[in-house]
Amino acid sequence: MADPDVRKVRVPDQVVTGRRTVWGSFRRNVPALVGLAVLVGFLVLAVAAPLVTPYDPIKQDLSQARLAPSLSHVFGTDNLGRDIFTRIIYGARISLVIGLLAVAVGLVVGVPLGLVSGYFGRWVDIGVQRLADIMLAFPPFLLALAMVAALGIGIRNVIIAVGISVIPVFIRLTRGSALTIRTQGYVEAARAENASNGYIIVRHVLPNALAPVIVQATLSLGITILTASGLGFLGVGVQQPTPEWGSMLGDARHYIFSDPTMAMFPGFAIVLGVLAFNLIGDGLRDALDPHLRTF
Amino acid sequence: MSGFVQYLVRRLGVSLVSLLGVALIVVLLTHLLPGDPARTIAGVLADQEEVDRLRRQLALDRPILVQYLHFVAGLLHGDLGESARTGQPVSSEIFARLPATLALAVTGTLVGSVLGVVAGVVAAVRKTTTTDHVVSTLSVTGVSVPIYWLGLMLVIVFAVELGWLPAAGAEQPTSIILPSVALGFFIMALVARMTRSTMLEVLGEDYVRTARAKGASERRVVYKHALRNAFIPVLTVIGLQFGNLLGGAVLTETVFAWPGIGRLLVDSIFARDFPMVQGIVLVYAVLLVVVNLMVDLMYTWIDPRISFHG
Repeated sequence: MADPDVRKVRVPDQVVTGRRTVWGSFRRNVPALVGLAVLVGFLVLAVAAPLVTPYDPIKQDLSQARLAPSLSHVFGTDNLGRDIFTRIIYGARISLVIGLLAVAVGLVVGVPLGLVSGYFGRWVDIGVQRLADIMLAFPPFLLALAMVAALGIGIRNVIIAVGISVIPVFIRLTRGSALTIRTQGYVEAARAENASNGYIIVRHVLPNALAPVIVQATLSLGITILTASGLGFLGVGVQQPTPEWGSMLGDARHYIFSDPTMAMFPGFAIVLGVLAFNLIGDGLRDALDPHLRTF
Repeated sequence: MSGFVQYLVRRLGVSLVSLLGVALIVVLLTHLLPGDPARTIAGVLADQEEVDRLRRQLALDRPILVQYLHFVAGLLHGDLGESARTGQPVSSEIFARLPATLALAVTGTLVGSVLGVVAGVVAAVRKTTTTDHVVSTLSVTGVSVPIYWLGLMLVIVFAVELGWLPAAGAEQPTSIILPSVALGFFIMALVARMTRSTMLEVLGEDYVRTARAKGASERRVVYKHALRNAFIPVLTVIGLQFGNLLGGAVLTETVFAWPGIGRLLVDSIFARDFPMVQGIVLVYAVLLVVVNLMVDLMYTWIDPRISFHG
């Protein structure tokens, strides 16, 4: 739930001197490396899920319902006898895919609109910015919730709804960059050579506007995972029996008085996953865009 | 002064355009629904006559522009339609529930801001100590924790295990404590982060050095000169995060069975009470636009250096 304007105020842990490559700076950033390690861990578990766990994430076994954590079920079992650890690592597939595709929706719609808005200015800019204003007038989670309420539940509609909620951030960010870039010498030079606007936008403006977009996309992955899990928790997101972290917590909620552990582990998974993207995003910001360091 | 009036008029204009756009999106939402909008709005229990009556009444058989004008005209009279579930005016149900949501939003913001400023100041004063690292870690974690999960954990610890506070509802005065903490946590994280960096900047300023040179005690320097500047980061975070706070409040109200419009929204989605969903979404957007307007105006009031001609 972070906003780029707030998050860019960050005191760097060290001042980078000498050769400043992106990886060179990133790999000296311990929190960012921790984030990367957590993410790789999730990816490995998600891909290799059938090799990691002997259990099925969907098949119910009521004789094994609501078991406490033990050696055979490290995180215990849920109300339908399914192994919670198994559902969490299969759930990582769902959450990561939803996050990636939703951010892709935000990028595909938001970046071109922002580029065009900042590059052309005038009425194009006014039109696009009013559109962004209107979208920003809705609380992002509520925009996603209202869209799902109208479109209907299901994984595809969750991706669309959550994706739409992150569009305005990318519009604003890219527009800001394009405004600066269009006044640069190399853009003037390209214009003098009679290059078309489309060519200039794709070859000059886009590449130079990319660094903050990459940072924001990483942070947005965390935000979209949080939003989608919130929809799942309310019961309007990904539906049972698909293992999804938010909907697992929505079910666990009914058992917090008798089996509080059921509600613990899926939450840890969400925190770790979102934290990983936030740490990587902060690290990328420091590495890619030293200008954003305010101090 | 005329500069301020100009700014005010322009800023109000932008807000008004946003609200008209919001109303358009709310009207268009009906057309995303599968099937006949009139049937959906009337609800599953309505008969064909009722559906036809609604279709004419809401101009659903007319072009979207007509529907839109019709909707806005209703809004100007405070008319948000009737609930498909209860038949009562949407506006009266919303206004009955609104105070609970506002109370939660205000206490959540207060809890988050106060704790955040304290944590940020302590971290800045004890820069690079363990305290500082703990605050920094907490503030990165704070924005990664799902509000509803934090709420569940608070219920487990303070209601189920310790039995200190009520787990749900709004019957007792102490009922608001857990929801406010759950909702305010991410605000605290962001405010702590910004306060820390603002304080580090301010503590290096000339006037602070002068105060120190004059022999002012460290405590006096921190509180008198530096803390006064902490209000701006708080205001910035509130301005940027009020939307997320309202979204978080929907989840918090669901976890704690808090009787606000967020829970009403979720219930209405499940009951397919679409006029109610439209009305609530609209009210949230109005709240957000109004708060952003207030925050922008407060900036110019607090910090005269901020120009009106931006």
